[in-house]
Amino acid sequence: MFTPTMFASILPEILILILGILVLVVEPFWKEERRRNVGWLTAGGLLAAMVISLLFGQPGEPVMTLGGMIRFDWLGFFFKLFFMFAGAATALLLMDNEKVGRRGEAYLLFLASLIGMNLMASSANLVMLYLAIETTSIPLYILSGFMLGDDKSTEAGFKYLLFGALTSTVMLYGFSLVFGFTGTTAIYQLAGMLKTGTLSAIGAFGVLALILVGIGFKVSIVPFHFWAPDVYEGAPTPVSGFLSTASKAAGFAVLVRLFFVAFPDYGGSWTAILAVIAAITMTIGNLLTLQQTNIKRLLAYSSVAHAGYTLIGAVALSQLGAASVVFYLAAYIATNLLAFGIVMAFSRVTGLEDIRDYAGMSRRSPWLGLMMLAAFLSLAGMPPFGGFVAKVFVFAAGVQAGYVWLVIVGIINSIIGVYYYLNVMKFVYLYRMPNQDEENHPVQLTRPYAIALAVLAIGVVLLGTAFAPWFSWSNAAALNLF
Amino acid sequence: MNFPVLSVITFTPIVAALVILLLPAQRKNEARAVALASATFALILSIWVYFAYDQTAAGYQFVEKYSWLPALGIALHFGVDGMSTPLVLLTGVVMFTGVLISWGDDDKHVMAGIQDRPREFFAFLFLLAGGVFGVFVSLDLFMLFFFYEIAVFPMYLLIAIWGWVQTREYAAMKLTLYLFVGSVVSLVGVLVMYWQQYQNTGVLSFDMLQMEKAGFSQAFQNIWFLPVFLGFAVLGGIWPFHNWSPDGHVAAPTAVSMFHAGVLMKLGAFAALRVGIMLLPQGAQTWSWLIMAFAAIAVVYGAYIAFVQPDLKYMIGFSSVSHMGLVMLGFSTLNQQGLTGAGVQMFSHGVMTALFFAVTGMIYDRSHTRQIPELGGMSKVMPFAAIGFIIGGLVSMGMPGFSGFVAEFPIFMGVWGSRWLVAVIASISIIITAAYIMRNIRQVFFGEIPEKLAGHVGDITVLDKVAIVTLCVLMVGLGLFPGLMVPMVETGVQNILRLLGGA
Repeated sequence: MFTPTMFASILPEILILILGILVLVVEPFWKEERRRNVGWLTAGGLLAAMVISLLFGQPGEPVMTLGGMIRFDWLGFFFKLFFMFAGAATALLLMDNEKVGRRGEAYLLFLASLIGMNLMASSANLVMLYLAIETTSIPLYILSGFMLGDDKSTEAGFKYLLFGALTSTVMLYGFSLVFGFTGTTAIYQLAGMLKTGTLSAIGAFGVLALILVGIGFKVSIVPFHFWAPDVYEGAPTPVSGFLSTASKAAGFAVLVRLFFVAFPDYGGSWTAILAVIAAITMTIGNLLTLQQTNIKRLLAYSSVAHAGYTLIGAVALSQLGAASVVFYLAAYIATNLLAFGIVMAFSRVTGLEDIRDYAGMSRRSPWLGLMMLAAFLSLAGMPPFGGFVAKVFVFAAGVQAGYVWLVIVGIINSIIGVYYYLNVMKFVYLYRMPNQDEENHPVQLTRPYAIALAVLAIGVVLLGTAFAPWFSWSNAAALNLF
Repeated sequence: MNFPVLSVITFTPIVAALVILLLPAQRKNEARAVALASATFALILSIWVYFAYDQTAAGYQFVEKYSWLPALGIALHFGVDGMSTPLVLLTGVVMFTGVLISWGDDDKHVMAGIQDRPREFFAFLFLLAGGVFGVFVSLDLFMLFFFYEIAVFPMYLLIAIWGWVQTREYAAMKLTLYLFVGSVVSLVGVLVMYWQQYQNTGVLSFDMLQMEKAGFSQAFQNIWFLPVFLGFAVLGGIWPFHNWSPDGHVAAPTAVSMFHAGVLMKLGAFAALRVGIMLLPQGAQTWSWLIMAFAAIAVVYGAYIAFVQPDLKYMIGFSSVSHMGLVMLGFSTLNQQGLTGAGVQMFSHGVMTALFFAVTGMIYDRSHTRQIPELGGMSKVMPFAAIGFIIGGLVSMGMPGFSGFVAEFPIFMGVWGSRWLVAVIASISIIITAAYIMRNIRQVFFGEIPEKLAGHVGDITVLDKVAIVTLCVLMVGLGLFPGLMVPMVETGVQNILRLLGGA
């Protein structure tokens, strides 16, 4: 009963699993001081997994495999590639983090959550979906609180766990209601049930609200965003970077699949609500960002705002909308990982995380300053970086669907964004260190940082200039959704 | 397909910016040399485009089209018409002269030019220049926006890092936010136009030549003309959204002021014309009275504020508002003379104001003051700069024999033909302009050198002189031989009138 397609549909997960076992086996043989090499292994292994999946695991026509648990399609595949790319970059960034980088179990936990994310992106059944979400979340709870003896990290881990447990329970309740109403947990059958009236509109609506709690937590939309800043600030920075990019993207993968496929709109009910949530998320995220003085908290709140922009594409509920969500997430993952990577590299040398501490950074290390400029301008939505094209696509999808007001809200918010992102750049480029002797305080990059940051920076520029192939793939993913 | 001259012009500064960034930080002179070489190259190409442009044929020339994202109808589509060719030349000239006057030298006796991190300065400046070229030659709306934003954000860094210490942070942020607000407002309009076109014609394309045929309804054009036009016109310094502009001028370092007033403001006006008026012609006809009112206020008000400014750079900044008001006034007539005048005025004002800012920068670098009452007798120490400033002043006043006359006379004729009362009101500005220009020339360049300045204010450098001569030759040349530019602009105007008339 085991066909090649089945195998191909979970090929990336199998490869990651093998990699995880490899990490476990190899790690004890390395001495403590060489143990950071596990990072090279993890990053290299994930890249190899990406290549092998691209060679042998490409989906054709969408098919259900493994008893309808997994849908083997471009949407899932595309997201899997994102996650593995983000994972490889994060593994490199983890290596030189003193408290985390030399412990093999960190990499293992991290790979476990990657498996969960991959399954989230491709699961076609609510049971599978729930398992995948938990597989993703539990290792991340541990990773957030990984720095024992650091109160903030412990707080972060515990807060993340409490919020996560609560919201996923609510979501599970929603799932069980779905099963109660319809007798099925297959996502692709729910749409039919809605049409025939097996699941009443009001019932669907209530269920949807419960499910939205769980997903809203994952993608940190208002009002489920409270955990984000504290967790991002307290958790080890590579983990924060991973939480704000891959984990968020995984949430969006589920959101797109569930909402586009299982609960297609009739009567504009949930798109209208999502539109309002998107508007509130952007606005609150941005307004709160304005007041931040800690760079990690700034990125945390701004990532809430970015969830709002991404939602515009989902609200549009069109093929372009789905494609623009995928593209936005691609650009956002590269950009935000770059931003977090720079924060990591900087605080590793200086131990500081306040925005004011970035004064004179461009003189201390011109290249790092330039990459930070690229990252922040991309977040602000300026060309020639990925963020600009992504925003235009999302807004175009919004306008197409007739949500001009939402696009205007989005635009007002991106103006606020420009303000606070440029404010950070003011410290980096304009202000100077107290003694004006920046040349004597260079910010040295170790090799893993240099590689990861360079790759991410090039990615940000490529997404913003040669955007045609990326968009075509996003479009293929969107086309495959239904 | 011939030599792809427009894309080479556009990408020359961008490639140069990357090359400059890759040089080691200590190699300041190499950075400057690369900057000058690529600026010269771009200038030569833009001169070539200018003279190779076929004035007898209307429409777009040197057209290049490369498909970029066919799924959404985005293409790298370049081409110039009679309106944009002079502006490409203008950008080449300002880029060239801007590099010359920011050269700087590393022995710090004269604080001229850019000493601090010239590598980053030229890289950001050239990124901006690439964006400017891109906007002038793009025939694809998406790419136009792309280049437009590229031209906007380096301004923040250029002003904030190298600007005048006292106001640079405030001015840079104000400018960036104003311009960004303007551009995103237009972006909404453009996206709406894009989908409306798709509904009307079934064509999914950002191509402006395609969009001209989209057949937008009168009601649609009435709603969306104002956001699109005004959004771009913010960068053109239109009253009442001009406030960022003088602050930005004052805070910016000299070369950036030249770029800002000389080229960037044209960018706004040009985009407003190309996207606002040419794609929504009926909307333009509906709202031309409002644009005309705004422009007339800008012309007179800008001149009056310039008259009372004691700071030389503020004076020029507000005179730019006034002169850009004339450009908008020309647009708002929607007739042959007005549009032709506006087209020439964009070029003429660009050269003139670049010259003004260059000379002001030279004076400030040596005397460390821009307060007009504190200056005097500068013609004795820097006669070359004085002559340049006076020629600029004559252009500014619209003297016959200089380019300002060639530009302003048709504008006023056009306005007279459209609404004569506005022409009367706007002409007040000519008197005010003459008054402040002559008063300031007398105060700054003639009379005795104040004691504070005597002795340590020296002459300008050879590079500065080359820059001044280049700019002056253009203004006098165009004044004496209007045939060099006017027929060319008229071919561009024909195109606009066709769209307006075919409504």
